[in-house]
Amino acid sequence: MTTVTQRDISAEIKAIDDDYHRAGLEETQPRLDYSPYRSSLLRHPTKDLHHADPEAVELWAPCFGERDVDPLESDLTIAHNGAPIGERMVVTGRIIDGDGRPVRRQLVEIWQANAGGRYIHKRDQHPAPLDPNFTGVGRCLTDDDGTYRFTTIKPGPYPWRNHHNAWRPAHIHFSLFGTEFTQRMITQMYFPGDPLFALDPIYQSITDQKARDRLVATYDHDLTTHEWATGYRWDIVLTGSHETPFETSES
Amino acid sequence: MSTLIATPGQTIGPFFGYALPFDHDSELVPPGSPGAIRLHGVVTDGEGVPVPDALLEIWQADADGVVPTATGSLHRDGWTFTGWGRASTDRDGRYCFTTVKPGATQAGSAPFFAVTVFARGLLNRLFTRAYLPGDELASEPLLASLPDERRHTLIAVADEHGLRFDIRLQGDGETVFLRFPGHHR
Repeated sequence: MTTVTQRDISAEIKAIDDDYHRAGLEETQPRLDYSPYRSSLLRHPTKDLHHADPEAVELWAPCFGERDVDPLESDLTIAHNGAPIGERMVVTGRIIDGDGRPVRRQLVEIWQANAGGRYIHKRDQHPAPLDPNFTGVGRCLTDDDGTYRFTTIKPGPYPWRNHHNAWRPAHIHFSLFGTEFTQRMITQMYFPGDPLFALDPIYQSITDQKARDRLVATYDHDLTTHEWATGYRWDIVLTGSHETPFETSES
Repeated sequence: MSTLIATPGQTIGPFFGYALPFDHDSELVPPGSPGAIRLHGVVTDGEGVPVPDALLEIWQADADGVVPTATGSLHRDGWTFTGWGRASTDRDGRYCFTTVKPGATQAGSAPFFAVTVFARGLLNRLFTRAYLPGDELASEPLLASLPDERRHTLIAVADEHGLRFDIRLQGDGETVFLRFPGHHR
């Protein structure tokens, strides 16, 4: 079996990108069937998703409250006795639905690699150091304006085994709930200007550049604090809420 | 109609295992409590191979058909039914929840568990429903809209301790996954 190189993967990415632009139909979400991401080959449905109108519990979301989340869980830099290595940063933004309404008092979960690009997870065994002062897991509840806020360390890029010499752009995983179950989503936030974007099949599985840009945080100097932390802003829009009576199906 | 375009999803990746699971995450009620059932199954890929790095979430009404509004899913007190749970698959692709059978939220409607599936290799979450087996299913509109050979993929099967609901991401017997209004490609 020949080794799959970045050149091979980049050629596949380009072929799909060319097809997308020829077709001229805007897409806004990742493709489930995206062969440059090899793990997706046997894990994507081959049948079209089936249209369903949300009903019963689907029109509601699970509720989380103060008893679920300690406010200290939003600071990933204070979970241990010492300060973690790396660039301390604040990431904050608003979570709104498709009609612009804030998602209030709802759970946000994040997880990420440390500054060296290493996850605590036992399956990550690449030779970058673990940081005894960094676990890389955080939670918070949004406030009444839909705003979340975490203090953490800027994660590093890391190698993976999709192909030879494959590296993921630095990212933070976000797990999000809305005001109804159909808005549940998990995604990844990226950093501006990452040189690995063009090479990464997971980022590129979103075929539209405007849609990709929605996953990239903005550096915000007004959030940066003197001699303490840099600041990034990233707002999140969940799929449209169905509380309005005249919503039409667009499947 | 929604005016804003939703932020794209991305795969949950391989490393959620130290972040998203929590104590009693899959126990919506304590095992062995009155009315408790096991909802379990296997997640498989397009070659029928178990998927050991998937995460499932369920969201459901209580036994009386009431949609819970109680908080406390992340720190369960053993008494409050919050209706939401999370389960990782094991090395054999198996997942297991301890819960109660949801009641009908309206007279005559068919009760179901709302299910979300995440996995490494799955670039965005998938939604589905696990219906309880029963007579109400004959008139259920979503099931009626499906071809005969696919309908069974949304119906849990009764077994010794409760219900079995397998999820096939691809191929023979592929589970029906749902697209809700406002979910764009």
